[in-house]
Amino acid sequence: MKIDYLLKMANQIAAGFAATPDEAAASREVAGHLRRFWAPQMRRQLVEHVDSRRGEGLSELVIRAVGDLR
Amino acid sequence: MKQICDIDHGTPASTSAERVTLTIDGCSVTVPAGTSLMRAASEMGNSIPKLCASDSLKPFGSCRLCLVEIEGRRGYPASCTTPAEAGMVVRTQSEKLAELRRGVMELYVSDHPLDCLTCPANGNCELQTAAGRVGLREVRYGAGANHHDAASRRPADASNPYFAYDPAKCIVCTRCVRACDDIQGTFALTIAGRGFASRMVAGEDQPYLESECVSCGACVAACPTGSLMEKSLIARGQAHGSTVTTCAYCGVGCALKVETQGSEIVRIVPHEAGGANRGHACVKGRFAWGYATHRDRIAKPMIRAGIGEPWREVSWEEALNRAASELRRIQAKHGRNAVGGITSSRCTNEETYLVQKLMRAALGTNNVDTCARVCHSPTGYGLKQTLGEAAGTQAFDSIAHADVVMLIGANSTAAHPVFASRLKQRLRRGARLIVIDPRGIELARSPHIAADWHLKLRPGTNVAVLNALAHVIVTEGLVDEGFVRERCEIDSFEAWRDFVARPENSPEAMAAVSGVPAEAVRGAARLYAQAGNAAIYYGLGVTEHSQGSTAVMAIAALAMATGNIGREGVGVNPLRGQNNVQGAGDMGSFPHEFTGYRHVGDDAVRAAFEAEWGAALDPEPGLRLPNMLEAAHEGALRALYIQGEDIVQSDPNSQHVAAALQAMECVIVQDLFLNETAHYAHVFLPGSSFLEKDGTFTNSERRISPVRQVMPPLGGMADWQVTQALANALGYPMRYGHPAEIMDEIARLTPTFRGVSHEKLERFGSLQWPCTEDASAGTPTMHVGSFVRGKGRFLPTPYVATSEKAGPRFPLLLTTGRILSQYNVGTQTRRTGNNAWYKEDLIEIHPHDAAERNIRDGDWVGVASRAGETVLRATVTERVQPGVCYTTFHFPESGANVLTTDNSDWATNCPEYKVTAVQVVRVTQPSAWQQRRRRFAEEQARLRPKAEHVSEA
Repeated sequence: MKIDYLLKMANQIAAGFAATPDEAAASREVAGHLRRFWAPQMRRQLVEHVDSRRGEGLSELVIRAVGDLR
Repeated sequence: MKQICDIDHGTPASTSAERVTLTIDGCSVTVPAGTSLMRAASEMGNSIPKLCASDSLKPFGSCRLCLVEIEGRRGYPASCTTPAEAGMVVRTQSEKLAELRRGVMELYVSDHPLDCLTCPANGNCELQTAAGRVGLREVRYGAGANHHDAASRRPADASNPYFAYDPAKCIVCTRCVRACDDIQGTFALTIAGRGFASRMVAGEDQPYLESECVSCGACVAACPTGSLMEKSLIARGQAHGSTVTTCAYCGVGCALKVETQGSEIVRIVPHEAGGANRGHACVKGRFAWGYATHRDRIAKPMIRAGIGEPWREVSWEEALNRAASELRRIQAKHGRNAVGGITSSRCTNEETYLVQKLMRAALGTNNVDTCARVCHSPTGYGLKQTLGEAAGTQAFDSIAHADVVMLIGANSTAAHPVFASRLKQRLRRGARLIVIDPRGIELARSPHIAADWHLKLRPGTNVAVLNALAHVIVTEGLVDEGFVRERCEIDSFEAWRDFVARPENSPEAMAAVSGVPAEAVRGAARLYAQAGNAAIYYGLGVTEHSQGSTAVMAIAALAMATGNIGREGVGVNPLRGQNNVQGAGDMGSFPHEFTGYRHVGDDAVRAAFEAEWGAALDPEPGLRLPNMLEAAHEGALRALYIQGEDIVQSDPNSQHVAAALQAMECVIVQDLFLNETAHYAHVFLPGSSFLEKDGTFTNSERRISPVRQVMPPLGGMADWQVTQALANALGYPMRYGHPAEIMDEIARLTPTFRGVSHEKLERFGSLQWPCTEDASAGTPTMHVGSFVRGKGRFLPTPYVATSEKAGPRFPLLLTTGRILSQYNVGTQTRRTGNNAWYKEDLIEIHPHDAAERNIRDGDWVGVASRAGETVLRATVTERVQPGVCYTTFHFPESGANVLTTDNSDWATNCPEYKVTAVQVVRVTQPSAWQQRRRRFAEEQARLRPKAEHVSEA
């Protein structure tokens, strides 16, 4: 899939959990959401993007969540 | 369940718990206090002759036919208006009563055309029956002034496409007028004139079609003679039999009685015992069934090599083998996840279940989704997160106990008309109403309804307004602390409370965002929180946003914080769009969940399915529908099996959807018609309408209702049989003999359906899930005593503005929706008489915005968004606020979804249909897209085989 499509969705998910009081909990929520609702190939592409492009275009929360995803 | 006539007890049942015992015709009878003598007698089997009374209407006491004698009382009171009292001794028949009734009947009949043998009501006429029952043998009054001879009769009104009004047969009983007022709540009918000149008129003495009549049919159902009668019945005669089934239009799920001669429909009427509709229906369910036998129906399977090739009619076997071999070929070459499936919210639970089973078990992929994705997926997510179950909390009956109703993003009089009528009934009895909607919908203000508060917000700011309402409740001490302490997670409540109490969430701060004055938000919040029983009902105006899921969670929080959950009259009530959206979700149509909303990654759940299905199942979620389309653009998804959904017309950014389909190697469409999506198909499998199969639908209130076959499938197979045959062609055996066996399997695998079976539905009529060992008769009200998830969970709901913003290029915000007479993509209703009310999609624009653009009512206007352009005819109206436009998507040539974008809800990918930035300008010709679409549609029409057509309705 086009990476921009995935980045936009991932950032939206992070914004949805942004008000979670604890940062670590917010990261776990985002990672949990991705694990629960994203097909494996979408998650793989996101992780590869973080690895290869240092998460360019992603919010900090998504980048942290990708760490939890691995 | 074959039946024609329901017993009409004459007056509504009393709900009183108190009982009174009296004597009627020498028999002791005990009835609830408040029961009329007419009903008490009828229930014991002694029905009293009547004309103006009906148990769907309040007693009126005008016809003077139902007179009785009461010991110790003078005169002959009307039994319909006299309540039963303890110790009463009543006679329903005597010489004197017989004489009086004959005298009354004689007067009625003296002014009635005695054309009984050729009258369409013959065999089902209450006047005729009453004359027989009172023993009328002569009419002593000779020729004179009347309403029915050639010189006197007024012309019949045949303007309505579905029923005719013949004033000559009217006995002025006013049942039609009272049905319109009391049941439907439209007040379109009245009695004009006095005395002998009295007559029923529609509107201001207009033809029905030109009046404000909404063609619900309540007046026709109420008419005791042939004065108001369905044209289909006039043409065909009285029915020979009837079948009770469930409507296949909106999520109200009305029970209908289909009256037939053989397998031909004579008429469809609402079923009195229907739990969702209580004997009412709307212009779609009651009348718009002609599509089922329309000449456009495709009854033979077809295949073709490419979308530019002509269709070739083939046998079922050849079509199914082509579909199966293509799916297997593509999987062999590109992997098992190169294929996907879409279940239909229009099909039955059993059919939906089979499609997802086929995808997961036969094809080994979780790439399965449903049209619920594009409407109420945020409801499933939001309510599961907060309350623990992905469904509404109440039965529709609950509305009768609500003191305050908050209606959010739901134009119910158009989209859920029977619910709207029940809401209006409650409002007329004193309940208060809060409307949150960008448009001036009928329920916000119309001649007979006025909301206490109409929060006319800017599109896309629901969460801002909901947070502001919560802010008032939290900061003004309106929280039900006891409920929260006992029933909810305190930590989550405190975090939510602290969040909504922040100054940036105050009504004053949010006014700049939402456009709603702070005092209106404060007034609405106080009314809701202090109501006693406050209920929230919401629609797609909540879910179809980039923050749809957040809004659902904010709604759940409001209900929990004020203790408005877990009893009648309160709750969180999503009004589902299609007839079986709830069911499609329940049946495991989402790519990450099996039936009952259980994740595919749950090892124990998956093991149960693997054992039952005899196949290894993927523990990872599959692709959602929008993801599938994206994957198709990249070549990763190459085949799609679509049952009963026209994604080219209904999904956002139509051109993007069409291009995705065009990129696929095999598109299999199973549908009634060659719809817009079928233009991109390689295999077409004829679908069956709800009249052609058995099964169940599940409505907005979790009510599982039976769907019963009335006529054989035109294509020879019901949809469940087609899916079964496809599975078998794929080498995965399915051997169901009847949908009841499929439901038995669902019940074995799904805790919330454990107690459901077709046999039980025959006994109960319908069942609301959860239907378990503990609640074998179903569960009308959920979360009583405790939440499904244990403690209710509050979640912070920050307002995040959509990225779809108005600006210099696209200065207006377009929101989309539905109107009463058409239904969604219009595949069905466009092929009925409903076009009499709405034959093209229109765009509403505020007079100020229109004037700025030199646009007048009726002008063609070009509408451009970031996704595409189309041309529509303008309606200049103050229903929309300045800066906002509104249109519908019922006609494919309109292209409303050419305009909508790929923006979607953050949690579920539900499209943001409700916010699209657009520019509107006057134009003189169709858009380039419309011209391309017309050429493409014409080309596709030429590629159709010259098939013999089924009869036109």
